[in-house]
Amino acid sequence: MIDVTPQRKRLLAALLVFATVLLAGCGFSTEDSGGGSNEPDVEGITLYSGRIPAAIGPAVDSYEAAANRDVQVRFAETADLAATLVEEGDASPADVFFAQEPGAIAAVAEAGLLAKLPRDILDRVEPRFRDPEGRWVGITGRARVIAYNKGVVEQAELPPSPFGLTAPKWRDRVGWSPASSSMQEYVTALRARYGDERTKQWLEEMVDNGAVAFPDNVTIRDAIAKGEIDVGLINHYYVAQAVAEEGPDYPVAVYFPPGGLGSLMLLTSVGVLESSDRKEEAFAFVRSLLSEDSQQFFTSSSKEYPLARGTEPDPSLSVPVAKIPVSDAGLVDLKEIQGTIELMQESGAL
Amino acid sequence: MARARPAPVWLLATGAIVGAAAVLPAAYLAVVVFGDFSAAMETALSSRALETLLRTAALTAAVVLASIALALPIGWLTVRTDLPGRRLWAVLCTLPLVIPSYVGAYLLVAALGPKGMVQDALGVEVPSIYGFFGAWLVLTLFTYPLILIPLRAALRRIDPQLEDAARAMGRGPLEVFRSVVLPQLWPVIAAGSLLVALFVISDFGAVSILRFDSFTAEIYIAYQSSFDRVAAAALGAVLVVAMLVLLLASSRVRGSRRIHRLGPGTLRPTRPYRLGRWRWPALGFCALVVLVAFVLPVGVLIYWASKGISTGSTSWNTIAALGGNSLLIAAWAAAIGAIAALVVAALVVRYPSGMTRAVERLSHAGYALPGILVALGLVFFATRAVPALYQTVALLVFAITIHYLPLAIGPIASSLVQLSPRIEEAARGMGRGQADVFRTITIPLARGGMMAGAALVFLHAMKELTVTLILSPIGFKTLATDIWTQTTYGFYEASAIPALVLLAVAAVPVYLLSEQGAAPS
Repeated sequence: MIDVTPQRKRLLAALLVFATVLLAGCGFSTEDSGGGSNEPDVEGITLYSGRIPAAIGPAVDSYEAAANRDVQVRFAETADLAATLVEEGDASPADVFFAQEPGAIAAVAEAGLLAKLPRDILDRVEPRFRDPEGRWVGITGRARVIAYNKGVVEQAELPPSPFGLTAPKWRDRVGWSPASSSMQEYVTALRARYGDERTKQWLEEMVDNGAVAFPDNVTIRDAIAKGEIDVGLINHYYVAQAVAEEGPDYPVAVYFPPGGLGSLMLLTSVGVLESSDRKEEAFAFVRSLLSEDSQQFFTSSSKEYPLARGTEPDPSLSVPVAKIPVSDAGLVDLKEIQGTIELMQESGAL
Repeated sequence: MARARPAPVWLLATGAIVGAAAVLPAAYLAVVVFGDFSAAMETALSSRALETLLRTAALTAAVVLASIALALPIGWLTVRTDLPGRRLWAVLCTLPLVIPSYVGAYLLVAALGPKGMVQDALGVEVPSIYGFFGAWLVLTLFTYPLILIPLRAALRRIDPQLEDAARAMGRGPLEVFRSVVLPQLWPVIAAGSLLVALFVISDFGAVSILRFDSFTAEIYIAYQSSFDRVAAAALGAVLVVAMLVLLLASSRVRGSRRIHRLGPGTLRPTRPYRLGRWRWPALGFCALVVLVAFVLPVGVLIYWASKGISTGSTSWNTIAALGGNSLLIAAWAAAIGAIAALVVAALVVRYPSGMTRAVERLSHAGYALPGILVALGLVFFATRAVPALYQTVALLVFAITIHYLPLAIGPIASSLVQLSPRIEEAARGMGRGQADVFRTITIPLARGGMMAGAALVFLHAMKELTVTLILSPIGFKTLATDIWTQTTYGFYEASAIPALVLLAVAAVPVYLLSEQGAAPS
């Protein structure tokens, strides 16, 4: 045989590392982010969250403290969680689903997986911010706006609605994200207000005018900040957050176009699973998310619109909630979104 | 090469278990597709699906060709020549494999994108890296080591006598390489190319950041926009078919040629080629690859990390806990994956039959499919069959092992192919039982392949994201999920430290892999 000593040594070393890791792993860590060390030890509801820890942490903490329950949170992409809930069906360990995009919660509702919410919860928000059938309720709102680079574009130059972005002046300067659900919601709303014909024409003109496709809102914002593009169609709070982080010198600003559907309200929303055997606790959690404290936290940290009646938006949000329309298509309609995707594919946007 | 002798029952039984586990993702697709067959066919056979498939095929072919074009010279230079520092170059040129494709993509955009760091530094416009070109560049740079690793191991093992004979007959070095060395390398190049191709068709991170509409993008649109699980599964099934075609093509190239030596004695070390003045362009070539595929992305990370540290937002305890979780999952997946792959490889290589080949081929589905489909398949089966195990570490390890099993089958199968069955037969002839021979002869001689297979699984498990997010116990976080949490809102500085720690840990198996070629075997 061949000399195997060096190999054997390496094998031994590898085995040693394995053994250490496997042993160490017996006490793997599941530390909850933002939870702090004094978590209640009474196990509470399980939350599937499409929103990242920083966006909901303190709201969850305040419920935990008040209810003396430890909330278990699974964080992942909203759409992936919706798909997971559908596969899990009745066997789902989740009690509550917090969706970042509106389509996802509609998909879960349509699969028959969401329980009817009690009247008092639904009444915390305006009717336009909840499911007509009462299966989910909006928690915060995010407006579709035009973001622009302050150093390159004057606000007065911007058109009164995104329809104006097809002018030759904006050739190759506009960013959008046709594959993102927020853009698709916006297009769905355009179809409901202006018809397929006009919407398709706008999409085609945008494509012909060299609109640059980005995967999501964050990449559009960063591209505007770097000067890759000058304006973009995004959700307002991504800019507000960057301004809060980077200071007033941050080069990107937002503009709420007054015309047409210039600024459309999209919701983050919550539903309680029909399969949950802790529904009362789950409802209490939803009430807590709509409480004054939690709503204040959402608007001051994420710069989103609070949807519970009576909570004032963060001072940085100068356009009042009442001025921002929701879609005429109803809040979410998956069949409509399917039609939108086909229209976007036909026009070359997607 | 193999006798028509039936496989031992214990091997068949474990093979059946591994096979059944490995085909779960494909089985899930079948369940969903047959649940609404006409709708599924409408999606799968649409002209849009076909167009996207062709576009993805073009990208795959381009990435495979470019990866071979990088791996072949680097492999030859670092094994067969007197290139200065060749062992160091071998490690450095393998390291790009540790960079997750989504991290690599956003780092290259930060560095090479319009208004990126390089353009700022040079003050000139650089060509756009978005679209086909960017996707091709990123995927090539971060996957070509999948060809380089087996290639270097094979170059080490090639019998020098043939080359010496050819040289003695007056052939020049290039001619010897083309007519003697290259034919012996095609099987490993084909095996490595298969892994690169499967990676390209399953990747979503890099192509979405670089704005190339590949087939996985269609699958994500089906999920994220219309929440249509039938359409998504139908498109996944198309990927499985594409994968089977790739497997057939790859096994055509590999053929059924005999690779193990029959002659007596051990391999004689080869005499390295003297590069002479060619060593400068050779060094320049290696340096350029390492610069773009490793130094540049890591440089950006270090720059961000230094900004992150200066703002004091880093908790080292958290990082250590995350690293521990990543290690735990990766180590278990690597250990189980290597053993499971040995069983599959032993069945296919030693007892080839329609059945064993079918199991081996379908088990590749776990690697050809995007993570979301693998995860949902496991959600579907686990909640129905073993609800008690759902969202436990055990199930997570199981899922990740299935996801990356094909990475381990390849190297183990090639080490078995090179091992003459006559050694095992001789031991059998001396009255040893089959299980005994497997334990005392086959496993020790296949050890090199098992180490390589385990290292590849470990490395990919460290980087895994989607399956971990869905199937981990609640609150269980890894380095990869932390990077995801930070980058979702564009907090790149905060993600740089976990990313660097991930790279450092993943670099250990890469080092072992690049040394693989240097060890006598």
